[in-house]
Amino acid sequence: MIVILDYGMGNVGSILNMLRKAGSEAVVSSTPSVIKGATKLILPGVGAFDIAMSRLRERGLVHLLNERALEDRIPLLGICLGAQLFCRTSEEGVGEGFGWVDADVRRFRFANEDRPLKVPHMGWNRVHPRSSEGLFAGLTESSRFYFSHSYHVVCHEESDVLGTFEYGGQFVAAVQKGNILGVQFHPEKSHLYGLRILANFAEL
Amino acid sequence: MLIPRVIPCLLLRGRGLVKTTQYSKPVYLGDPMNIVKLFNDKEVDELVLLDIDATREQRGPNFEVLAEIVSESFMPFAYGGGIRTLADVKKLFAMGIEKVILNSYAMENPDFIRVVAEQVGSQSVVVCLEIKRNFFGGWQLTTCGARRGVEGDVVEWAHKFQELGAGELLISSIDRDGMMKGYDLDLLCKVSSAVSVPVVACGGAGSIDDFRRAVEEGGAAAVAAGSLFVFQGPHRAVLITFPERATLEKLFNA
Repeated sequence: MIVILDYGMGNVGSILNMLRKAGSEAVVSSTPSVIKGATKLILPGVGAFDIAMSRLRERGLVHLLNERALEDRIPLLGICLGAQLFCRTSEEGVGEGFGWVDADVRRFRFANEDRPLKVPHMGWNRVHPRSSEGLFAGLTESSRFYFSHSYHVVCHEESDVLGTFEYGGQFVAAVQKGNILGVQFHPEKSHLYGLRILANFAEL
Repeated sequence: MLIPRVIPCLLLRGRGLVKTTQYSKPVYLGDPMNIVKLFNDKEVDELVLLDIDATREQRGPNFEVLAEIVSESFMPFAYGGGIRTLADVKKLFAMGIEKVILNSYAMENPDFIRVVAEQVGSQSVVVCLEIKRNFFGGWQLTTCGARRGVEGDVVEWAHKFQELGAGELLISSIDRDGMMKGYDLDLLCKVSSAVSVPVVACGGAGSIDDFRRAVEEGGAAAVAAGSLFVFQGPHRAVLITFPERATLEKLFNA
């Protein structure tokens, strides 16, 4: 059973709807026993880094998530802020993330250019996957996804980068470190492209 | 690179969708569920839904109607109309709405923008500026469905909203609304060059070439339209349409 973590931040309704459309069983929960029994976990996220980590702490979920990710090694998918929480630190906050991926989160900075690009990076953009298997199976180079973020992931290990997007430069769109997966875009708001991502995750 | 978003802007009145002309003479279009589903099937980039009576009727969002409408949409959904509390905002996000569009209440209590942005992040907060041309050819910011004027320079207001945490500004021209004669490009240009957040053009689109102009000449990051997507022909028969993806990509030279 796929469990979508409910910690008060993120579009759990849409993720659930889309997984159901993809033919997968899923539930939304923040109950430790349910999370313990999950075969896969999805961590959504809309909001701010520090608030997200403290919400997880308040619900007593940090230790449990570490266990499920690092000991049990179940597939975990972080979405947008959820993916950013898998990194070590973020410029958006002062606290630490889970640190499962050797990466940090930085703010987009275009101020020094002539016609600086707008921040947040908001809209549909192409993603260039680095693997045609796993999460991006069946998705071609013309796949578009919805992005909505002012901060982006910077990986220190190139091998952790699963996909990139272009916005004045090349940025990380998706990460994978073993069982830990993260996408900067919102699959639950990316029509049939997002549907494919979630369906692929369900089949991992 | 990002291709400019093309966004149907839908107006909710009670339980039905309507289309206005210069913010008046609403014409009934149909049931929101059906129309949203049609746009969903056409894979539109994003949807904006504005409840045009909420503030006037002094109430918050109609959550019951919204929940139904949003449950079937797999693209980003932005909602505005009567949002006055953080509790409203949280409830909207929990049901699957991507962004909240703040207007009347935020004009009177600008700090609300900051409070919401701190909670949900700027990328999820849109401030809608409803603007009318004044006697001297300049612009006046209005509120409460264009019934009340707001003192101050429109561009300064836009900048202030950005500073408070708005991640996007929806610039709606009251005079151009429903007229299908083009966007107010001067207004768009003035605002977009003064802020670093995306500006969404609204009011006046009569053809897809207006989209291109709003982006190239107005500096808009995205374009919203109502009449263009819901009416057809000189007699404005109700018909839901949306351009093909290939057409839009060619238009923006992607």
